[in-house]
Amino acid sequence: MSQTATLSPTGDSAVGTHATATKMLELRDVNTYYGHIHALKGITIDVNQGEIVTLIGSNGAGKSTTLKTISGLLAPRTGEVLLRGKRISGVPAHKVAAMRVAQSPEGRRVFPRMSVLENLQMGAFVHGKMDPDDLARVFDLFPRLKERINQKAGTMSGGEQQMLAIGRALMAKPDLLLLDEPSMGLAPILVEGIFSIVQDINKQGTTVLLVEQNALMALGIAQRGYVLQTGSILLTDNAQALLRNEMVRKAYLGEV
Amino acid sequence: MLGPVRVRDGNPWHMSDAASGCRFGSGIERDEMGILLMDFEWTLFFQFMIIGLASGSLIALIALGYTLVYGIIELINFAHGEVFMMGAFFAATLVVVTGVTSDSSTGLIVSVLILTLLASMAFSGLLNAAIDKLAYSRLRKAPRLAPLIAAIGMSFILQNIAIYWKGPNPFTGPDLIPSEIRSYNVLQEWPLLRDWFADSTLRLRLIDLFVIGVTIPLLIILSWFVYRTRIGTAMRATAQDREAAALMGIDINRTIGVAFLLGGGLAGAAGMVALFYNNSGRFQMGFTYGLFAFTAAVLGGIGNLAGAVVGGFLIGLIWSYSDGFMGTFVSGWGSQWTNSVIFSILILVLVFRPSGLLGQEVADKV
Repeated sequence: MSQTATLSPTGDSAVGTHATATKMLELRDVNTYYGHIHALKGITIDVNQGEIVTLIGSNGAGKSTTLKTISGLLAPRTGEVLLRGKRISGVPAHKVAAMRVAQSPEGRRVFPRMSVLENLQMGAFVHGKMDPDDLARVFDLFPRLKERINQKAGTMSGGEQQMLAIGRALMAKPDLLLLDEPSMGLAPILVEGIFSIVQDINKQGTTVLLVEQNALMALGIAQRGYVLQTGSILLTDNAQALLRNEMVRKAYLGEV
Repeated sequence: MLGPVRVRDGNPWHMSDAASGCRFGSGIERDEMGILLMDFEWTLFFQFMIIGLASGSLIALIALGYTLVYGIIELINFAHGEVFMMGAFFAATLVVVTGVTSDSSTGLIVSVLILTLLASMAFSGLLNAAIDKLAYSRLRKAPRLAPLIAAIGMSFILQNIAIYWKGPNPFTGPDLIPSEIRSYNVLQEWPLLRDWFADSTLRLRLIDLFVIGVTIPLLIILSWFVYRTRIGTAMRATAQDREAAALMGIDINRTIGVAFLLGGGLAGAAGMVALFYNNSGRFQMGFTYGLFAFTAAVLGGIGNLAGAVVGGFLIGLIWSYSDGFMGTFVSGWGSQWTNSVIFSILILVLVFRPSGLLGQEVADKV
């Protein structure tokens, strides 16, 4: 806590610049448990409409738990999650999905015995029927998926599955896109491609909350960032400031 | 090419060397007229195939219920056989309530049969879904053993309800299908078949066709439902990755409920058909059929729908051949060995191909 206090002045100013923006998502003092394990210890996060915000931190810091708490896979024990000012904590995942929140989960989690096309159709499940324009857009972003349209998702490479997981999330026409480790297990050249696509998606009007271990890449495209450590927010600032922050450079950017 | 096809068998002059043992293999010949001469062993072979396919249909319908539920929540629903049995009991009671008997007009009998089939499906489907709501849904996050034991408990409860309902002894099926219709042998009655099978003792009864005639459309409707409808797609997605399915906006609890409803409905249809096919029922009928159907589901690859159907027909055929046919070759072989054969096969499958004949290895979740 003392660290947060000493490092937060710059963070406050960053949040201040967005004070007038519409809030897409707010987490207020969220505490989430796995059984007896206290995984999130009073997390407070704001995401404004149109932003890319990133959560960085090491393994086990609570990044994925935060996303699962937002998407309704986990319910916080205390605190609340607000979507466009409306409380969604405790609402089951399938209802959150219907509020135009889409998640590309950790480990991709594509449906292995369904084809690429069927996976994309599943993405549009909340809308009942798939919008051909959305499909065209996904194929535009990921031409590889179009080539593999009838292939079973479980037989594709990790990179292709990652594209499919993101494409599937986009088929839901989300206002808020939650991306969990889109760079995991991918070749560096693919990582750059994925991040530039995330920027494109954002420019087309989707708010993005991006969870990443690759802090350099994530801060490169985000406006703001939060650093998580063992279930708490260590510091928050605008992305450029975090990139210059000495502690962040040492701990997460691998500099000595 | 077929010429004047006729089947003749069981004719003493053609059985001359039967006493010397099995002549299986050279047993179907054509005589100079092109008439098919079939040894009695071959007739038995086909006769027990017919019986095996009919029992196999029933087992397949029940096995689908095991596999549907297992595919989604990885629970062996040990009460499933009892849901099948309750379907048969419900059908027996419903027929009596309608007051229609074998003396009624054909139209009335057929209407009551269709009504009973649909009502038994609805009854068992709702029963299965209710059992899930009452017992299993509370245990979704409990260790796996808890719902398993709850399922065994539900099966005892249902058996005791059944004893209360119709007593502990076997009862005769309702007097609805006239016995001359039950045993109506289409091979001797239908125009073209009558000519072919004139001299054969092979029997294909109307009741055998009834079993297959109910099963096949149900299998087609089920696969259409699972592969072509929105809820079916949701079921498949849930079976493959429950969390990811929830993120797609699929209501997991509702989908699980649908799986129980569907599996129960098929078991109800099987129960109704089994009641008329065997012309009897008993509170323990769910145990026998249920165990065979569970074996069929595992044999085919539990969680795999096509596997349950293949496994069902295989177990039905093995059951039938072991009961009646093997005795022709091995003296003293009869139905007392059937359970041993079926469960030996189950053990061999589990040892050498644990995912079953058509089951996939569980996909890696990286």
